[in-house]
Amino acid sequence: MQFMLLFSRQGKLRLQKWYVPLSDKEKKKITRELVQTVLARKPKMCSFLEWRDLKIVYKRYASLYFCCAIEDQDNELITLEIIHRYVELLDKYFGSVCELDIIFNFEKAYFILDEFLLGGEVQETSKKNVLKAIEQADLLQEKTENIDLSKSFIGCKPAY
Amino acid sequence: MEAVNLLSSNRYTEKQIGYLFISVLVNSNSELIRLINNAIKNDLASRNPTFMGLALHCIANVGSREMAEAFAGEIPKILVAGDTMDSVKQSAALCLLRLYRTSPDLVPMGDWTSRVVHLLNDQHLGVVTAATSLITTLAQKNPEEFKTSVSLAVSRLSRIVTSASTDLQDYTYYFVPAPWLSVKLLRLLQCYPPPEDPAVRGRLTECLETILNKAQEPPKSKKVQHSNAKNAVLFEAISLIIHHDSEPSLLVRACGQLGQFLQHRETNLRYLALESMCALAGSEFSHDAVKTHIDTVINALKTERDVSVRQRAVDLLYAMCDRSNAQQIVAEMLSYLETADYSIREEIVLKVAILAEKYAVDYTWYVDTILNLIRIAGDYVSEEVWYRVIQIVINRDDVQGYAAKTVFEALQAPACHENLVKVGGYILGEFGNLIAGDPRSSPLIQFHLLHSKFHLCSVPTRALLLSTYIKFVNLFPEVKTTIQDVLRSDSQLKNADVELQQRAVEYLRLSTVASTDILATVLEEMPPFPERESSILAKLKKKKGPNTVTDLEEAKRERSADVNGGPEPAPASAASTPSPSADLLGLGAAPPAPAGPPPSSGGLLVDVFSDSPSAVAPLAPGSEDNFARFVCKNNGVLFENQLLQIGLKSEFRQNLGRMFIFYGNKTSTQFLNFTPTLICSDDLQMNLSLQTKPVDPTVDGGAQVQQVVNIECVSDFTEAPVLNIQFRYGGTFQNVSVKLPITLNKFFQPTEMASQDFFQRWKQLSNPQQEVQNIFKAKHPMDTEITKAKIIGFGSALLEEVDPNPANFVGAGIIHTRTTQIGCLLRLEPNLQAQMYRLTLRTSKETVSQRLCELLSEQF
Repeated sequence: MQFMLLFSRQGKLRLQKWYVPLSDKEKKKITRELVQTVLARKPKMCSFLEWRDLKIVYKRYASLYFCCAIEDQDNELITLEIIHRYVELLDKYFGSVCELDIIFNFEKAYFILDEFLLGGEVQETSKKNVLKAIEQADLLQEKTENIDLSKSFIGCKPAY
Repeated sequence: MEAVNLLSSNRYTEKQIGYLFISVLVNSNSELIRLINNAIKNDLASRNPTFMGLALHCIANVGSREMAEAFAGEIPKILVAGDTMDSVKQSAALCLLRLYRTSPDLVPMGDWTSRVVHLLNDQHLGVVTAATSLITTLAQKNPEEFKTSVSLAVSRLSRIVTSASTDLQDYTYYFVPAPWLSVKLLRLLQCYPPPEDPAVRGRLTECLETILNKAQEPPKSKKVQHSNAKNAVLFEAISLIIHHDSEPSLLVRACGQLGQFLQHRETNLRYLALESMCALAGSEFSHDAVKTHIDTVINALKTERDVSVRQRAVDLLYAMCDRSNAQQIVAEMLSYLETADYSIREEIVLKVAILAEKYAVDYTWYVDTILNLIRIAGDYVSEEVWYRVIQIVINRDDVQGYAAKTVFEALQAPACHENLVKVGGYILGEFGNLIAGDPRSSPLIQFHLLHSKFHLCSVPTRALLLSTYIKFVNLFPEVKTTIQDVLRSDSQLKNADVELQQRAVEYLRLSTVASTDILATVLEEMPPFPERESSILAKLKKKKGPNTVTDLEEAKRERSADVNGGPEPAPASAASTPSPSADLLGLGAAPPAPAGPPPSSGGLLVDVFSDSPSAVAPLAPGSEDNFARFVCKNNGVLFENQLLQIGLKSEFRQNLGRMFIFYGNKTSTQFLNFTPTLICSDDLQMNLSLQTKPVDPTVDGGAQVQQVVNIECVSDFTEAPVLNIQFRYGGTFQNVSVKLPITLNKFFQPTEMASQDFFQRWKQLSNPQQEVQNIFKAKHPMDTEITKAKIIGFGSALLEEVDPNPANFVGAGIIHTRTTQIGCLLRLEPNLQAQMYRLTLRTSKETVSQRLCELLSEQF
């Protein structure tokens, strides 16, 4: 996969993950063009389209468009399923995910994506394993936060 | 800096934020990069799986070259070490993949490669998935190293495919077992040809059959995800079957399956089915099976609402076209063309033109089709298309009359496209006499018909029409006065465009001055063109890029027998008769070249030749000019066309010389069987000895190869050797010939001498045979400095203050041959007012004087 973009129906970019090195200007240009092209498609149209020399696979979930760019030899249907799997992961993690969840917890969305896809290829297809890894990371985070909190109390005198 | 601090902290949150920061905001700030790399190294060595995971993710996300340098050695070790955790192994595999993609040279192949292959047998399916992706990419570059993975992949795949749905538990996706892994394994298998080991091959075939069977079973779930996953595996399996192209039963089954999908409710499946069928149509086993679906495809073309699906349908029709259904398909494509999107029209036009030509049994049908094409989509009919029509019409006598008649009728329509006027004008000019007998198409009517369109056309078309008029003067003397009046009118003679004005004036003079015989010779009918590759195909390939259906076509054409049958040789043959039309390019010295309308319209024909090189005997256009340029200099570009560039660098000493010929491949495709040969006539061989080493027969795209030629001058010579280059480009055979600028003056050694010596020797060489004098008009501006430079470049020493007239140039030198040395004296007297030169050359050998005088006269 070359890149994955998530954007709303108004064209606002919610998440972008690039698996190829491109300059900032190029990224912006591609994003703009692609968003326009995808938003112009009618609902019953095919989920695949050819754009520049890449294949674009997109699917709309409620108000968000999930858009992936794959190379010529990649399998389009499996990419559709990659998108669906990612949505399922988000759903499981956030519990009935909606766009707001992604907006407010974007770093978690990136972490989940990293556990699922790496370098543009599918890393782990088991939902259980991915979510387990994320939960472990969360636990570690909480632990260190608790240590922080307790540390900050040590220095204070109890207020009588 | 803060980020680096965060990275090195031991707390997870801070590390996490640090890595996030790095992944998003890294740039090539060298200080920070080193520190970052250090921190990452520590993390990788830490053995803490979470930290290692974070570090690997960061490397994979950034993947810059510096990181590759730092870590490319470490990561394979982590990958194959026994004690790394599975999750870390996965990340390591994909991280290595990312680094390999960005900097393939920095990832060394070591003994870890065999261990990586064994990862395919790992328990943990996540690891297998990651390893498969890695191996697929690596195997594309080093297939030998990873050959063992094929059998492992096949066994893994068959285990998955035949497993019950409860076996794989979490890896089962909506009742489909491990779809992603299956797809990846199938992709890996596509990197290799079908396995030789019969056991492995048998298992693979079984596996593929199972997949195909499963597709027929009723679906286990109504959800679209289930069907998508199942079909994803199915399509990948079909790709593999097409790639192997060895089992006819599988191919036919695949074709049947795709045929079912063609009428599926879901647009996605129809789209993919059309695409896969395109690939299937290229295989000989399934070609017929594909053809059975032609009606469905045509229906799809007419009724699909999605334009991308319609586009795929067009591609498929083009791929499945052969003799039996050509007429039907072309008719369908023409009717689609009328309503097609503007962006794809040009491509469809090219395709229709190619199909019509390839499968035309009856060339009248071909002419009709092309004329229809021009009528429907005239703007998108590129130049190559109508050049091709003209080529075909001229080459085939039987269709000329029909073409003239049809064109005449087509021109009578009220609104004609300009391309139609061009074609019509040309054909009527050549073959109008064939229909002149009929009173409805008498010469006068033909002329008026064309002239009525004259003012509506652009300049190139008008130029063509003027040529047609002069041809009419030759063919039909009765309309001569009418045409002369037209030519004489002010709008022609004083036309603002130079080309039109020139043509009008020249043609007018030609028609008044020349007798009928000369007129007939000059304006004789165009001879048949030599067969060559259709430039339309070249244009289509250029448009679509190298790996497309057209290439499959080429391969198909080469494999099967000549498609057209019939007496006409296949377009790609190079053994054509030397074309008399080469004379058009003004190279041959033969008097009235029978086919020559004035040089300006030769431009039309040069374009026809421009995409392809000349036949074996005649020389490439411009060879003479290039040759002349190289007389006075030793380095430069000798020849260039769209595919090949030939450069020269030479050095000479006394009677020996060495020439380096550089052949540059200007395209991105390899040249195969690249053979340059030096051709010398027998006389030349006696006087000039050439030795050359053979050149590597494969020239990569964009690469340059060098050939060294050792030259020795045995005795003086007058001719020049010819360098003939033959190679295969794409599917076609290319042939280029250029004159190699090894001339007598290259062996000229300058000699300085004082004025008295010069005159003494001059008197000594007073024998009339020893002197050659030439008076000629200056071809280039008469600049003193440039002239001096040319004389020195010629090889002679420029002697100052020898000639009493300071404007004259005097030179002296010695020609070195193996047998003798010949002293030469030259004197060049310019006459600025008359723009002429007088060149006198005195040497002790007559032939030398002659040749040197010839050579030098061309330079000024």
